[in-house]
Amino acid sequence: MTTRDKGVAQPEARSSLINDPQVRAVFFQVLLVAVVAFVGYVIVSNTIANLQRQNIASGYGFLSNIAGFGISLTLIDYAETSSYGTAILVGLLNTILVAVVGIVCASTLGFLIGVARLSKNWVISRLAYCYVEAIRNVPLLLQIVFWYFLLLNAVPNARNSLEFGGSLFLNNRGFFLPKPVFGDGAELAFWGLILSVVASIAVKVWAKKRQMSTGQQFPVGLTALGLIVLVPLLCLAVAGFPVTFDYPALKGFNFTGGQRVIPELIALVTALSIYTSAFIAEIVRAGIQAVSHGQTEAAHALGLRHGPTLRLVIIPQAMRVIIPPLTSQYLNLTKNSSLAVAIAFPDLVSLGGTVLNQTGQAIEVISIWMLVYLSLSLITSAFMNWYNQKMALVER
Amino acid sequence: MSKNILPLALGAAMGIVASAAAAQAGTLDDVKAKGFIQCGVSQGLPGFSNPDAQGNWTGLDVDLCRAVSAAVFGTPDNVKYSPLSAKERFTALQSGEIDILSRNTTWTLSRDTSLGLNFAGVNYYDGQGFMVRKDLGVASALELSGASVCTQTGTTTELNIADYFRSNNMPYEVVAFEKLEEVVKAYDAGRCDVFSNDASGLYATRLTLTNPGDHIVLPEIISKEPLGPVVRHGDDQWFDVVKWTHNAMLNAEELGVTSANVEEMKSSDNPEVKRLLGVEGAFGEMLGLPNDWVVAIVKNVGNYGESFDRNVGPNTPLAISRGLNALWKDGGIQYAAPIR
Ligand SMILES: N[C@@H](CCC(=O)N[C@@H](CS)C(=O)NCC(=O)O)C(=O)O
Repeated sequence: MTTRDKGVAQPEARSSLINDPQVRAVFFQVLLVAVVAFVGYVIVSNTIANLQRQNIASGYGFLSNIAGFGISLTLIDYAETSSYGTAILVGLLNTILVAVVGIVCASTLGFLIGVARLSKNWVISRLAYCYVEAIRNVPLLLQIVFWYFLLLNAVPNARNSLEFGGSLFLNNRGFFLPKPVFGDGAELAFWGLILSVVASIAVKVWAKKRQMSTGQQFPVGLTALGLIVLVPLLCLAVAGFPVTFDYPALKGFNFTGGQRVIPELIALVTALSIYTSAFIAEIVRAGIQAVSHGQTEAAHALGLRHGPTLRLVIIPQAMRVIIPPLTSQYLNLTKNSSLAVAIAFPDLVSLGGTVLNQTGQAIEVISIWMLVYLSLSLITSAFMNWYNQKMALVER
Repeated sequence: MSKNILPLALGAAMGIVASAAAAQAGTLDDVKAKGFIQCGVSQGLPGFSNPDAQGNWTGLDVDLCRAVSAAVFGTPDNVKYSPLSAKERFTALQSGEIDILSRNTTWTLSRDTSLGLNFAGVNYYDGQGFMVRKDLGVASALELSGASVCTQTGTTTELNIADYFRSNNMPYEVVAFEKLEEVVKAYDAGRCDVFSNDASGLYATRLTLTNPGDHIVLPEIISKEPLGPVVRHGDDQWFDVVKWTHNAMLNAEELGVTSANVEEMKSSDNPEVKRLLGVEGAFGEMLGLPNDWVVAIVKNVGNYGESFDRNVGPNTPLAISRGLNALWKDGGIQYAAPIR
């Protein structure tokens, strides 16, 4: 009504304010904000009313209550008397473990298959093609369950374990390997390792500078490898090799001692790596094919041999095409790891679900899930963006 | 397959967010309006809730939902079933996706209070046990030090295992799956030495193993597991309907009213029977039900004893004796409040 009054008060206005595009724009934006705010208000007040009616407490206080359940794989100290918060943290670390190991395995496998796809050898490229097509087209959950039960059914029980060299054992309780136990003086080796890494970086910087000014090359890779292997070994020798191994041994029903990798982890990482590698293979193939053949010819014309051509000319250019889609595969792998619940791997979703079930705090637990996956994804893509920028074409 | 906890949990959150208006109407009115009861059951536990070859659900827990349907609608068939894993079940009830949860669910304090639920009685008194392969050569649960135990997540079972092994100072490993099917497959494949569940559930799942004869149930019962139907907190009328349906089945058994003789019993001189069958008094109306509600229950589903015998009793593959679940006057602890 007031708009109309104003319209009358200003005689020179051609038409009423209702038709003024600016007034309309403001009006509809205000309306939209009001509707969104109202919907938000209804959601929040309904939620509070419903929770109160059902007598469900809200807030994150439950995280410090005692969890009371056991977990089969914990990277940090956890006992049944630990809190729900600790249980969720255990799940988060397990998710990160699967994601990191899965990403490394999937990338390695994916690059190999991707290169195999381009092989001049017909058999190899066909095999790689079949691998990609078969793996990409079978649902991941099915593959996880397949690998898990294949593993459980194909390997013997603890008493008839497969034995490798008397210290590695594989059975349907997992893969057991000797665990190094570091005694007094072993920290020397740790410092040695850090020192050799720093030294390697220094060598690299120096070598680059020298190449720039004199054109002479220096075997940086070999030097670094030598440093990183030899220096810690030397340190250990000085300290008198204070390392012993804890060997797994059959005791009662099961193996005790040593380091154990549970079958759920093996199956999950295998399935995720194989599944994601098929997608990565295609990305790698596309990336390499995107670099025009002229680049190779030009490099050869400059006198570069085949190896340096690949390393210095083709791959850096292919990487620019590869990295962005690769990032989304890494994100997929991380999120797909939540299918772990199907095979009893205690990841974030699985343990969060248990906590949700024991406490009834659905909204809180879901908010934690969302926050964590969002953060993991943002961190991964921030890292990949940084890497992408580093690899990107430097334009002048 | 197994990842439906996420959508369900999200659904629950949404349900909690959005269901204000709907739920306040009262479940009994809702159920009458939609014409059926949505009943949450297990994903297949013979004797308790299990679909047969034609997809019809049967079992002791199923009978309870059928009895409520008979009480409300006069027919036991107005029930739709939602098979739920242990983990999904409470969210499904809280969010209003189901009206009753009748799925071998243990009555505990935290579930009764902080989960926003109400337990409407105990239709099976149970306790947790262990099953192992015979060739393991174990005769007592106290010999299980170092064992791997398979179970389902989101259960009291999971918590009791932790308590038991911890208080007996035995190291153990728990492998917790989301679906019973996977628990059983993993145990069958030798991933675990032990399968743990409510004792009734052990007998039920043993039937589904490759060679049931190769497995034994250990003698120890390590916990109290009173299993019963559950409804949402804050809806007293519906709570009463479910609670008294269960009580009516027990009272019918106690008074000798069976599906075979219920019509004759209507002319009984016993005032308790008269009240039970709605010949005297208006007890059905007090619940918001037809006055012959118990007649409909007993005629269609039977009394508690009939339901027990048909589903889990000595003449079924489960062959469970009444034990604790006998009526109080027969030495058990099934005891229903009187209808008056
Ligand atoms: N009484 C236990 C539940 C026991 C339970 O759910 N046991 C599992 C096996 S360990 C089961 O029977 N599951 C049947 C299904 O998921 O269909 C509780 O209330 O937490």
